[in-house]
Amino acid sequence: MLLGRQSWLFDNSPRIIAAAAVGGPFESKCQIAEDFDQFTSDLWMEQDSFEKAEVKLLELACAKALEKAGLKNDDINFLLSGDLDNQITSSSFAARGLHIPYLGIFSACSTSMESLALASKIVDNNGANYVMAATASHNAAAEKQFRYPTEYGAQKPPTAQWTVTGAGAVILGKQGNGPRIISATIGKVVDMGISDPFNMGAAMAPAAVDTIETHLNELNVEPDYYDLIATGDLGFTGYSIVQDLFRKKGICLKKNLYVDCGTIIYGKDPKVFSGASGCACSAIVTYGHFLNRMRRGELKRILVAATGALLSPMSYQQKESIPGIAHAVSIEYIQ
Amino acid sequence: MEQFIRAFLVGGAICAIGQVMMDVFRMTPAHTMTALVAAGAVLGGLGWYDKLVDFAGAGATTPILSFGNSLLKGALAEAEMHGLIGVLTGIFEITSAGISSAIIFGFLAALVFKPKG
Amino acid sequence: MAKKKQATPMQKDYQIRAKKLEPKRKVGINILRAFISGGSICALAQLLQIFFINVFHFDESKAGNPATAVIIFLAALLTGLGRYDQIAQWAGAGTAVPITGFANSIASAAIEHRSEGFVLGVGGNMFKIAGPVIVFGTFAAFVVAIIKLVFQALGG
Repeated sequence: MLLGRQSWLFDNSPRIIAAAAVGGPFESKCQIAEDFDQFTSDLWMEQDSFEKAEVKLLELACAKALEKAGLKNDDINFLLSGDLDNQITSSSFAARGLHIPYLGIFSACSTSMESLALASKIVDNNGANYVMAATASHNAAAEKQFRYPTEYGAQKPPTAQWTVTGAGAVILGKQGNGPRIISATIGKVVDMGISDPFNMGAAMAPAAVDTIETHLNELNVEPDYYDLIATGDLGFTGYSIVQDLFRKKGICLKKNLYVDCGTIIYGKDPKVFSGASGCACSAIVTYGHFLNRMRRGELKRILVAATGALLSPMSYQQKESIPGIAHAVSIEYIQ
Repeated sequence: MEQFIRAFLVGGAICAIGQVMMDVFRMTPAHTMTALVAAGAVLGGLGWYDKLVDFAGAGATTPILSFGNSLLKGALAEAEMHGLIGVLTGIFEITSAGISSAIIFGFLAALVFKPKG
Repeated sequence: MAKKKQATPMQKDYQIRAKKLEPKRKVGINILRAFISGGSICALAQLLQIFFINVFHFDESKAGNPATAVIIFLAALLTGLGRYDQIAQWAGAGTAVPITGFANSIASAAIEHRSEGFVLGVGGNMFKIAGPVIVFGTFAAFVVAIIKLVFQALGG
């Protein structure tokens, strides 16, 4: 049912049947490596372009999720997927191989939660038996498209972030004993005039605050109703900004309550500057790390607000600022 | 020895100015290089860049400003011989080595290497 | 030409807050690193020039050309080996401002776009970053030359 203007409370609580997280070679050394299902040995995955490798990553995550669910491609009614490539080609080409009816979506790095929210709505409304939501990102493909050729010697500033090479996929169903999707809040586009593509954290933070605040209001809960509130990929820079903005509103988010997926994956590795980013960032941390913590009983209720920067290489050249968006989904697992 | 010290100091100083353009004025590398190459042409027109080259040698010929200066000198040299049309026909005369090498070695690199990510 | 939109007061306020919380660029250290690395590259170029004058008997005025070619070759090689960007992260303008930056911008773009084929990929994208340098260098030289020649014709 609809709560307020932009939130959904899922009356039938769709269940997570299975979830998978895969990563690249750099991710195999990250702080949450044991929460991944598989790593690839290089950035190419035996393909002849980074973009084609990203397709393989996404296919791998989807295959892993199906395997863990004990389901076949034919059992899945719909695949909702998106990524950062122009015209979301990674998702489209993966869907081509998976032969599942496909709904391609785009909201940059908040695709994970947008796809999870929509997938939940479809299952909750009896529109499907099983829906798969997936997303992927590839460091080299993203740099090539949004910034510079990977071997170009531009000095990255400390606010820059590192796009995760990886993919996450989740399968939702109507029944099961797994974690349940309780609610979702669809975000509005928020643009505070930040125009530096090397400072995405600052561009997206206002949207995260807007969505989380709206969610708390429309669901009528306090922040500590959740064991964890996570933003998608704001990095260390955006994380500080969100805390600052909430403080300004008189809402206190404690450090162990509020986390950011972008700071969790690699920690303070200097190679990643302000932290991880990319569609796969929030997907991997949620579908791998957070779900594992929930299964161990460490977390019962979480809210994940994935964040996206809605720019294109051309919009930036045309002196447009970077609009941000955040979509939030709450997951519960009380065993 | 003195040649090296001058080259080092002047070249280093020009790069330091470039760093200020990037960090303080927040210019992208492409904008910084573009501004410097145009500055090279202007300083060349004023007659000052050649003096810097005499003083600092490679310290002045290595930075991208030198490229702008050479483009200008090519234009002026040709104009002196053939009149105003020389401005069009002579621009790339002196910089030929730089542009040809960059294209050729860049292409060869694409033949041999794959990006490392 | 696209104009930058005027920021609203709320946007301006946010931008100021965000800027305060941004990790600061180490401007002083970056300038020092640029100075050292840029100076070193120029000193290397000077060494090459002397080498070409003494060993290959190049004329002093022309020795810059082969020296430039060697530096460009080295920059392209390091780009291909995947080392240039690591050096450049440390050096900043120290590698971007010398001719090495120009060479790297061409080599890196060429290497990156090989996946799109040699004609449109490599050929068509090679000047993605270096293009503006050539365009504006040429145009600036054109304008300055015309102005100088007009000046000379009028003033003598």
